[in-house]
Amino acid sequence: MTGFRLPGGGRIDRGRPVAFRFEGRPYQGYDGDTLASALLAAGVTIVGRSFKYHRPRGLFSAGPEEPNAIVQVGPRPDLKATQVPLVNGLEAGPVNCWPGTRFDAGAAMGLARRFLPAGFYYKTFKWPDWNWWEPLVRRAAGLGRVDPAATAPEGQRRHLHCDVLVVGAGPAGIAAALAAGAGGRRVVLVEQDRLLGGSLLVDQGEVDGMPSDLWLARAEAELAARPETRILRRTTVFGCYDHGLVAAVERERIVWKIRAARVIVATGAIERPIAFQDDDRPGVMLAGAVRAYVTRWATAAGRRLVLFTNNDDAYRTALVWHGNGLQVAAVIDARRSADGPLPDAARAAGIPVATNATLLRALGRRHVRGVVVRDGNRRLRRIACDTIAVSGGRDPAVALFVQAGGRLAWQDAIAAFVPGDGGYTVATGAATGLFGLGSALAHGHAAGAAVAGAAPGDPPLAADVTTGTMLPLWHAGGDPALSWVDRASDVTVADVGLAAREGYVSVEHYKRYTTSGMSPDQGKASGVVALSLLGRATGRAPAAVGTTRFRPPWDPVPIAALAGADRGRRLRPVLHLPAHDQHLSRGAAMEEYGGWMRPAAYPQGAETRQAAIRREAAAVRAHAGLFDASPLGKIDVRGPDAGRFLDRMYIHRLSSLKPGRLRYSLAANEHGIVQDDGVIARLGPDRFLVGTTSGGAARMAEAFEEWLQCEWVDLDVFVTPVTQQWGVVNLAGPQARTLLGAAGTDIDLDPAAFPHMTFREGTVAGIPARVARVSFTGELSYEVAVPARRTAELWDALAAASVTAGIPPPVPFGVEALMTLRIEKGYLHVGADTDGTTYPADIGFDAAGRRGDDFVGRRSMQRPDAVRRGRLQLVGLLPEAADAVLAAGAHVVATGEGSDGHVSSACWSPALGRAIGLAMVRDGRSRMDETVTVDDLGRRLSARIVPPVFVDPDGSRLR
Amino acid sequence: MPRFAYSAFSLLRHGLTGHRRWRPAWRMPDPKPHYAAIVVGGGGHGLATAYYLARTHGLTDVAVLEKGWIGGGNTGRNTTVVRSNYYFPASGQLYDLALRLYEGLSRELDFNVMLSQRGMLMLAHSHHDMEFARRTANAIRRNGIDCQLLDQAAVARRVPILDISADARFPVLGGYRQARGGVARHDAVAWGYARAADRLGVDIIQNCEVGGFIVEAGRIVGVETSRGPIRADRVGLAAAGHSGVLAAKAGFRLPITSHALQAFVSEPVKPILDEVVLSPATGVYVSQSDKGELVVGGGLDLHPSYSQRGNLPVAENVLSGLVGMFPCFANLRLMRSWAGIVDVVVDSSPIIGPAPAYGLYLNCGWGTGGFKAIPAGGTLLAHVMATGEQHPIARPFGLERFRDGALVDEAAASGIPH
Amino acid sequence: MMRIPCPWCGPRDEVEFRCGGESHIARPDPDRADDDAWAAYLFDRHNVRGAGSERWLHRHGCGRWFNLVRDTVTHEIRTVYAMTDPRPERDP
Repeated sequence: MTGFRLPGGGRIDRGRPVAFRFEGRPYQGYDGDTLASALLAAGVTIVGRSFKYHRPRGLFSAGPEEPNAIVQVGPRPDLKATQVPLVNGLEAGPVNCWPGTRFDAGAAMGLARRFLPAGFYYKTFKWPDWNWWEPLVRRAAGLGRVDPAATAPEGQRRHLHCDVLVVGAGPAGIAAALAAGAGGRRVVLVEQDRLLGGSLLVDQGEVDGMPSDLWLARAEAELAARPETRILRRTTVFGCYDHGLVAAVERERIVWKIRAARVIVATGAIERPIAFQDDDRPGVMLAGAVRAYVTRWATAAGRRLVLFTNNDDAYRTALVWHGNGLQVAAVIDARRSADGPLPDAARAAGIPVATNATLLRALGRRHVRGVVVRDGNRRLRRIACDTIAVSGGRDPAVALFVQAGGRLAWQDAIAAFVPGDGGYTVATGAATGLFGLGSALAHGHAAGAAVAGAAPGDPPLAADVTTGTMLPLWHAGGDPALSWVDRASDVTVADVGLAAREGYVSVEHYKRYTTSGMSPDQGKASGVVALSLLGRATGRAPAAVGTTRFRPPWDPVPIAALAGADRGRRLRPVLHLPAHDQHLSRGAAMEEYGGWMRPAAYPQGAETRQAAIRREAAAVRAHAGLFDASPLGKIDVRGPDAGRFLDRMYIHRLSSLKPGRLRYSLAANEHGIVQDDGVIARLGPDRFLVGTTSGGAARMAEAFEEWLQCEWVDLDVFVTPVTQQWGVVNLAGPQARTLLGAAGTDIDLDPAAFPHMTFREGTVAGIPARVARVSFTGELSYEVAVPARRTAELWDALAAASVTAGIPPPVPFGVEALMTLRIEKGYLHVGADTDGTTYPADIGFDAAGRRGDDFVGRRSMQRPDAVRRGRLQLVGLLPEAADAVLAAGAHVVATGEGSDGHVSSACWSPALGRAIGLAMVRDGRSRMDETVTVDDLGRRLSARIVPPVFVDPDGSRLR
Repeated sequence: MPRFAYSAFSLLRHGLTGHRRWRPAWRMPDPKPHYAAIVVGGGGHGLATAYYLARTHGLTDVAVLEKGWIGGGNTGRNTTVVRSNYYFPASGQLYDLALRLYEGLSRELDFNVMLSQRGMLMLAHSHHDMEFARRTANAIRRNGIDCQLLDQAAVARRVPILDISADARFPVLGGYRQARGGVARHDAVAWGYARAADRLGVDIIQNCEVGGFIVEAGRIVGVETSRGPIRADRVGLAAAGHSGVLAAKAGFRLPITSHALQAFVSEPVKPILDEVVLSPATGVYVSQSDKGELVVGGGLDLHPSYSQRGNLPVAENVLSGLVGMFPCFANLRLMRSWAGIVDVVVDSSPIIGPAPAYGLYLNCGWGTGGFKAIPAGGTLLAHVMATGEQHPIARPFGLERFRDGALVDEAAASGIPH
Repeated sequence: MMRIPCPWCGPRDEVEFRCGGESHIARPDPDRADDDAWAAYLFDRHNVRGAGSERWLHRHGCGRWFNLVRDTVTHEIRTVYAMTDPRPERDP
């Protein structure tokens, strides 16, 4: 028989049917169902196939510990059906089977099962080699499918701060939240389920003299009425991190980062099974799950039940089953006797109870048909049934407690690990091994009361049902190779024995060798069974075996939720120029350079990128161009010691700079390596404006501060990064002076009054401006800086000035044309021509020889490796063939076929009409005019080493 | 073939007897009072060192001392990438020695380490990246190692699920690829070396923590351990993130800082990604394990740590970077994460060779890249321990380089460390 | 995620800060330090397992550097003190 819906009861809304499909077939459930409960009620018995042997599998649990019902829901693989809320139109299906669950071709693997024990792949597939076998194995492995065309909705990250965080809203958690918040403390109560109540949703009882459902409703109402208490439903706490940060995920989408003064862990306990032969057949379920499906979802897993237990608590399942008019064929109790109130109630109800008996084997292939039982007289007996409920006791859910730094202790009475001491959380209720309702409520109340700001009120009162001792039992009997430990990973009792026999006796070795606990259920129900069996196989107590390390996440977390809103353009956001939109309207092709979106070029019409770069570069040489240089770093450095300070940060002395003048220099780090370059302006006696590369602006300002705050604390200097306060337009080309004059300025542009490498303040086109005579193109050039929001206005004024001047307008040029121009001129580009191995001397700056005072990196520049022969040095490269193409990144072939350096920058030069390059070549400066072989991915050409200046070597165009 | 060799045939034979006759992969001996050589640290490098001491140098009176369980440090906590696509000749030789040894390792050790040479692809996201990719690809080829430069279309053919659209946050213009790169099964490397070394007579001693060194006449002649003193003619140190602590016990400092490096694993899915893919823009890299899980790595937790405990912001950074590359992976879930303690050196290159203390030899500083180098690290440490001379490939990696300034800084040259 | 007690701004999430590594590394006189001494300054670190001094920058906050003593195993922060203060006495 298969599962079916009971005529009444359950926390489902029968007035709201929900249509869904599984494996293409239409079914109906109700609002309040999970996919699991709806499938069970619809009579679907096989919900998937196992990972390795493709054995048919049915539902095993009702919660996050589910190992079997791994499903695909639309584009989302590997969800646990027990965690999928049923919604209209849901399309779900099994994973890892073909063509379907009922007939699965992969089941052939099951036939070879005896030759494929744990870790078989370590012992074979060595010939011809793993590359040959791997595709086959990969296709067989894996569960669900990724839909390459689908992505997930954006997640969110939110923060919460509170006095008390209570994780889990079962009886203990609710009692804790009620007590903790009674005095007005800020309380957050987090529950993974959509309903509060935990075990009370399954096992009703009496609390404070009223039915537990009524108490629950009142408690929930009271919590909801408190302004300082917040309840997060469908929210799973998945990790406890450093310094008390607790992370949770709500409805698969929102990651909450919660900081609480106190964290109370009331996460309950997870039932574990007892292994027996063929215990993975559909119809074998955890006892608590069988009961939960009946009471919460009004769904019976079948009609005739056998309960196999080693404890009293599981008798509730037989009682509930019986109470719903279903047949309990037998309770098989492994203990010598069972005489608590629950077993007594079972007997009184007429349920056959066999003690001192074990269940050896489940019968049936595609669904349970019966069991083989060995009774107290060692007689074997068959009992027909369609459902086997199994309970081997319960394991407190301790993962969060351990993640938060707590240590575990082994408790013999429940044969489980319980929270010991340490860590920043306090555990309560079933999570500490207190399984009685009254005890859990009292303990939870006490935990909450301990952190309550005021009178916490009286504890909720309920009676514990007396339960007898449990008998630790891990494997009841039958073939160990067919008795499952980890259903999700297909690990059997025999595999545990094999691992022990082969020496994988550390629990971590065991886990890795068998892959136990490494599937989506993360071994929540199987972990303690596994380590106890391992202990038994190696003569150790479970406590001596220990657990594997608990790490976040406690339950799988959607990657979309963790990625939050860092998607698309908000992923590592880029900076935009003040005149970004205007560049777009001029046809700019924007690309990212060092965190800024900048115009690479301005292709006109059908013009290619390359053609645009050449046209722009040529126009600057011939006439004039405009370039948006706003991202260039600008750091205001002022104070009585500003000059001394910069002397220490740059390889050139800057304190000797006269006000109004500019100087180019390089900055090294303490290892002597070139970090940045730039032009430094002296604005006044105590004030400098330091220019940096656009990518280096933040780094250099931070380096300045670090040295000032950590090393030279005696220097009186203030550092203020001002890059984004200024918009900068570079006007370059032979007509630059004419255009600037035509735009209108109060600065005297006469070269004698305003020569190269000087600096003036004034107005340009009516805008307050700083103008620097500095060039990165090799042309006459003015760098005009104005308040950032007026950048576009300045640009337009400079462009329009051509009308006044009666000459053609200046051409907008992008970063790539600038690169072409600076390569022609042999100007260095830090980060292209230099890398993290380059000393100033390598690129022609003999900084280590500066006398009299020290600067950052100077000492490192004197180390043996910095001054050895054979270093790479900056040179120019001229291909011998006029039509040759030189690629940046090509290498100079050494005599011995290795590398003698590389082309660090290259372009086709409009000025020379041929390809040129800059290169870092071994001992390059002493190899002028040598012809070398340049290799690019096997394509070779000859090139001549030349000085790294191709245009205007004497600098007359600059003036 | 030894009686207990691993093969399909032996699986069949043992299958008939319920696999009850398999023997331990390695013995669990008690430590002897003296060995010819001791290797401190039972990770991949330590076990490989012992194996090569025995196999290459005939030194079988060797013990590996592991404070926990073998392979429990970074060998068991990494993203299993193997590659030799390095910029500098010194690095290229070192890592290619490792890769060449990996290529024969399953058979040599009689243990399938599942070396999957599926290809390792480094992406380029801009024209500048492409120039760097070209420079690096050429350098790798100059080192005699296979490498191809791929354009955008070729990348798309290899990894069709990659977001190569122009409006992707990090557009893909191309990349460079080492076909021989790939992944291997990390635990199997430790276990395979352990089993093979054990068969040659090496004692593998777990749960044996080294607390100090025995020094006589200025020379290290043994170690103090949680299982008593053990003397040795020479001691090798292969303790990764814990090297600094042990160095302090021997009276010297190392140019090392220990950090936590996290890795992330998704739930297992059917084959969707056949390459190892790295984005230099985010530092995120990903491969799919044979079991079907995505294995994702990224940057370090940027403060010193010995905690083997990762932090949430790094996870968010890495996974958002992953989704930026592969939008479809947003539908997957993070199933496991872990952190290893990596021994980070300024130049991200290892330290191999004699220590400042006589009788002690170092193999450390692998940082985030130790797994791929295990066979080479073992070979080179074994060489210097057995012969007293640095192997030619190890010479650039001695401690002297810090004094001379002769760093081997891959990140500085190619933008991609280990 | 650690909470770093910035002496100026109060406790803030770790992501606002940058760790500058081991603190109290004295910069030798560059003209007197030989290559070994200079290399020790540049590279050698105590790399303490346990409580060690580090310098941190409140990068996305006040922009100030400060020292703290932090346990590198538990990540517990013991003391915070100014850049110019001497290292506090070791824990008893």
